Order: sequence, then C-alpha cells, then structure tokens
Amino acid sequence: MALLKMKFNQQRRVRLAQGLWLLSWLALTCGAFVFCLGVYLKTELLRRDEVMDNGEIHVVPNILIMVGLASIGTNWIASRVCQDSLDTSRFPRWKVLLLAWFVVAALVCCLLLTVVVLSYALQGRLEESLKVGLRNGIRFYKDTDVPGRCFQKETIDHLQMEFRCCGNNNFKDWFEVQWVSNRYLDFTSQEVKDRIRSNVDNRYLLDGVPFSCCNPASPRPCLQYHLTDSRAHYNYEYQSEELNLYSRGCRQALTDYYMGLMNSTGPGVLSVILIQMSVLLSMRYLQTAVEGAMALEDPEGESEGYLLEKGVKETYQDVRAKVLNVVKFGQVDPAEEASGAAEGEKTTDTSTEKAATPPPAS
Amino acid sequence: MALMVVKFDLKKRVKLAQTVWFMYWFAVLAGILVLSLGLFFKIELRKRSELMDNNESHFLPNVLIIMGLVACAINAFGGKVCYDSLDPTKFVKWKPMLKTFLVLCVVFNALLFATALLCFVMRIPLQFTLAEGLKNGMKYYKDTDTPGRCYMKRTLDLMQMEFRCCGNDNYRDWFEIQWVSNRYLDFSAKEVKDRIGSNVDGQYLMDGVPFSCCNPTSPRPCIQQQMTNNSAHYSYDHHTEELNVWKRGCSDALLSYYGGIMNTIGALVLLVTMLEVAVTVGLQYVHSSLSTLANPEDMESESEGYLLEKTVKETFTDIMTKMKAMGKGAKVEEGAAEPVATVS
Repeated sequence: MALLKMKFNQQRRVRLAQGLWLLSWLALTCGAFVFCLGVYLKTELLRRDEVMDNGEIHVVPNILIMVGLASIGTNWIASRVCQDSLDTSRFPRWKVLLLAWFVVAALVCCLLLTVVVLSYALQGRLEESLKVGLRNGIRFYKDTDVPGRCFQKETIDHLQMEFRCCGNNNFKDWFEVQWVSNRYLDFTSQEVKDRIRSNVDNRYLLDGVPFSCCNPASPRPCLQYHLTDSRAHYNYEYQSEELNLYSRGCRQALTDYYMGLMNSTGPGVLSVILIQMSVLLSMRYLQTAVEGAMALEDPEGESEGYLLEKGVKETYQDVRAKVLNVVKFGQVDPAEEASGAAEGEKTTDTSTEKAATPPPAS
Repeated sequence: MALMVVKFDLKKRVKLAQTVWFMYWFAVLAGILVLSLGLFFKIELRKRSELMDNNESHFLPNVLIIMGLVACAINAFGGKVCYDSLDPTKFVKWKPMLKTFLVLCVVFNALLFATALLCFVMRIPLQFTLAEGLKNGMKYYKDTDTPGRCYMKRTLDLMQMEFRCCGNDNYRDWFEIQWVSNRYLDFSAKEVKDRIGSNVDGQYLMDGVPFSCCNPTSPRPCIQQQMTNNSAHYSYDHHTEELNVWKRGCSDALLSYYGGIMNTIGALVLLVTMLEVAVTVGLQYVHSSLSTLANPEDMESESEGYLLEKTVKETFTDIMTKMKAMGKGAKVEEGAAEPVATVS
C-alpha cells in the first residue's frame, strides 16, 4: 500500500508543477540566504581569529556555505524539472538524475539540521577556544616589537572598546600579566626594580589596566593604575567602584556575541529546512504523478502520486534487503570459499588420473 | 518663432506621454530619496545635538524634508496628468491648470537647485556651530553631577573614540580647561592647592587628557598625564611622539564627517534636479503638442511641440511687460482708493 497517496488529474498536475516551480525559486533564494549567512558568520569569526585558539567553530559557517551552494544547485535543477514535467518528450531524461537529486536534497536538509544542532552544541568549544586565545592575546599585548605580534595590542584594545569588556574573565586578569613592554621600562628606577624583584618570573606586574578598559559611562575620570589601592585616589573605594572600568570579561562578551549570532541564524535555518522539505515532498509527488500518467500512456488522464510505493515498514525492509544483498555480493562466504577450493582440487586430480590411464586399444 | 520645435504624430505623442509618465514615477522615487536623505541627516545631527551651539544646522535637513514631500506631490500629480493626456476627454479637465503647474514646476526646480547649493554652502556655518558647541561641551565635561549636563562626559568620550579625535582643535585644548570634577579632587593635598593657586580662575588645570584621547595603534601604553613633561616618562619626547594620543581635533573630524554627508546629499539633489528639469521639459512638450493639434477633433492629426512659444528674449520681454502692467495696476488701484474732492 503506497504512503500518502493522492489522485492527480491534468489540471492538478499543472497546478502542482507551477506551485513547485515557485517554491523551488523561493528555496533557491533561501539557499542564497544560507550561503550569505555562512559567509557573514565566517567573516565575523575570521575578524577575531587572533583571539581564538582553534578553528573548530568554523565548521558551522563552512557547512552553511556548502549547503547554501548545494541548495542553489538542487533548487535550480528542481525548477528545470518542473518546467519539463508537463512535456512527455522532455521529462524522461530527468528520471535517472532525480534519484541522485532526492539523495542530495535529503542530505541538504540533514546538513541544515546538523548546523542548527552544532550551533548550539559548540558553545562550550567556542568558549574554550576564546579562553585560550584571549589568554594568549593578553600575554602578547606588550610585544609590539615582535614580528607577528606587533598588532596584538591594537587588536585587544579595539576588542575591549568595541565589546565593552576588560580582560579574559574580568579586569583583574591584567594584574597577572606584564602588559608594559620592557622597552618602556626604566630599569634604573627603584620602583621598577622592586616590582620585578617581588615577582618569581621577574615580570613587571602592576594593579593597572590598559586605557581600553575604561568605561565612558563613569562620572569620574578613568583610574587605570593603583586600582587596588583605595588610598592612592581621593574619594575612591576599590571594592564598591562599579563604573570606572568594564566589569565584564571579553570571553563572556565574545561568547554572547557569537552565540547570539548563531542562535539568531537557528530559526532562519529551520525555516529554510521547512521550505527545502516542502520542495522535496512536492517533487516526489510530481515525479510519481507524471510517471503514473506516462505509464497509462495518457498524459491528460488521472494518475496517482505518493511519497513511498509501499508502507514505511515495507520500504525499510526492501532497502535493508537490497543493502544486505550488495554487502553479500561484495563479500564471499568463507565456507563457500573452502568448498570451492576442494572442488577445484578434485577436478585437478581427476584430470591427472585420466592422463595417466593409457588409452584403450582399438 | 517658438523655441526647440518638434513635430509630433499620434504615435510619437503616445510614446512621449508614456516616457514622461514613467519618468514622473521615477521622480516620485527620487522625491522619496530626498525626503529620506533629509531624515537621515536630521537624525545624524540630532545624535550630536549636544555638541552643536544652535538649531541653525537643522535648517538644511528641514528644507530637504519639505522639498522631498513637495517633489513627491508634484511628481505624482504630473504622472497623473501624463497618464490622462492619452485620453482627450480626461485631459480637458487638466488643461486650464497646466500652465500654472508648469510655472510651479520651474519654481520648484529652481528651489531644488538652491537646496543642492545650500548643501555645499552650509558647511561654513556648521563649522562655527561645531567649534562653539565642542568648546562648551568640553567646558561641561566635568559636570557629571549637574542635571542636564551629566551625560556630557560620556558623549564626548564616545565621540572622541568613534571619530578618533581629541579636543576641539587638538589635544592641547584639554590643558586649558578643568576637566576633573572638584568632587574627585583632594583640596587638602598640596599638589592640588598649588595647581589651583597658580591659576587666575582658580581652576585645576593639568597637562593631561581623558582616556578617550588615547590611540590604540600606539605601541606603548597610553600616556595621559604629564604629557609635556619628558622626564616624567621613560624614553619619551612629547615633541616627537606621534601615536600616543589622537592628533586630530574633533571640530575638524566632525566637520569632515558632516561635510562628507552634505556633499553626497548635494550631489544627489543635483541629480534629482536634473531629473525634475527633464520631466518638466517632457510635460511642456506633452502640453504644447496637445495644444497645437492641426485638427483638435482628430487626435491622429499632426502637431508641434515646443519649449517656449516665443524665443527666450521675447518671452523675457513679455514677462517684464506683464510684471510692469501688474505694478501699474496696483498703483492705479491705490490712486482710486484716495477720496475724490467734490465741489459742493
């Protein structure tokens, strides 16, 4: 018994073909949208590449780009099939290609679903990548003379200003690294000597932050140095000061930003999946209806359209049997192989014996 | 002798009317563009209204908005006239007012051209407005407790960060004003007393700038305090130091930004003016070609279209004569109004 069977007359087939043609162009536009979404997301990730430890998260935009292109291709083919579906001379040439088309279209839907799942699932990886990347970025902040790292300071400063954040987890992260280059330290100065000596790694650590941590919303001019010393500044309490610096860490800010981007792409991609599924199902109905009409040798007559020729269970069993058959064909049974070898030996012996026996006297 | 005479048959007239109709609807979109540009410019000025001395600067966006709305109305009306010009019965009702409408179009085109010129000229008053506004803004930077001025610090900081500028003309402008609130100054400290004492107005002046003046491209951590004191910082010379803080003044940065917007708007308005002139000319040809039909009963007969009924010189003389006559008429009326002396 066929699954979700529907009767189609000529008019309904025409209507279906026209509707599917429109739908396939809509889906093609959606494919272009998915592609653009992927490119945008990839660009945004590449912009902050210096503060990311690994590129695992790039799998999401990569799939989006790939799926977008595949979607454009499949939907363009779908629109061509729709145009040819009402012409009995032109439709048969698509018959072989349609099977491959269904596989690709189904794969596109699966990949889109994977993207939605991945965009939520990879949050932990993204956070970890940012954590390590930002830690390194902060560590190399001072290396403005080192080739390959000379723009790290500028990158971090712009990042902190743009995302209104400070440090990795919070502004105290700056207290744990030397962020002033030795080039700008006077090693003859007692204060510098003392700071370096009081540290195991001989680093110049200070309770200060770069200017990019300063919060413009603060009513008082920004305090960047001696942040933990309440006596160093008039009318200042280190524990209760809220607005002087950005309190949020950059890892949190960037994670929120990227997850916000991905979460907002989620519903968009889901709606694209629905459209793509509609194209897939409509195409199946059109294919079966047109093939049915052609089988009846009456293009104007009534035909049946369906999703599956048999029920879900039967189709599954058929597919399973076919797969097993293919596997069997590729793999020879060991017992069979042994008996085959024995038979081969027997044949050889017999022929030898025959050769040894003298021919009968005539 | 008419100016720029063109012969028209029915086919040519229809094609002309259709083309002008299409151009009119395109001009409606151009009107919407002018309106949008006016709104955009007004919003941009509003965003920085705290840094502007007066509301004079809003004159231009207001004019653009009005011109945009008028353009939409005039062009929609013109489009309707062109559409009806293909049907003689419908066109009759528009005929009496067409001359007035064309004069109105010419006046509107002149005003639109003036608006375009205004976009290029208004840069000069904007310069003074910005200079004065920024000077006041910097003066009120410290007043974070004063109602109405409490966001001035934030506004200036964000502006300096966004436009990559410092001070009004340059970073030294900050040395001439007290930008730290008294609330955060310890008046018992000798250093504070000395600074205030050494100043006529009793202001706390220092050779420092707010953090928002710092340039992220500088390889060294930002130096904000004691900027003119080379011995206060290691390996530092304030005369040769290029990258530490932004060199450009905010007056110049904002003027470049708004000037750029105004120049772009000016160029676009000029293009719209050209389109408006084209549709006005087109409508004049439609009007004149329908007015000079060889046989008004027969729409298929040939006709002549022209820009002016007479030459430019003659038209100008006619206008002057009419204006003089109107002037005389007004004088006569004044004389008639005087009481007549009668002999009893």
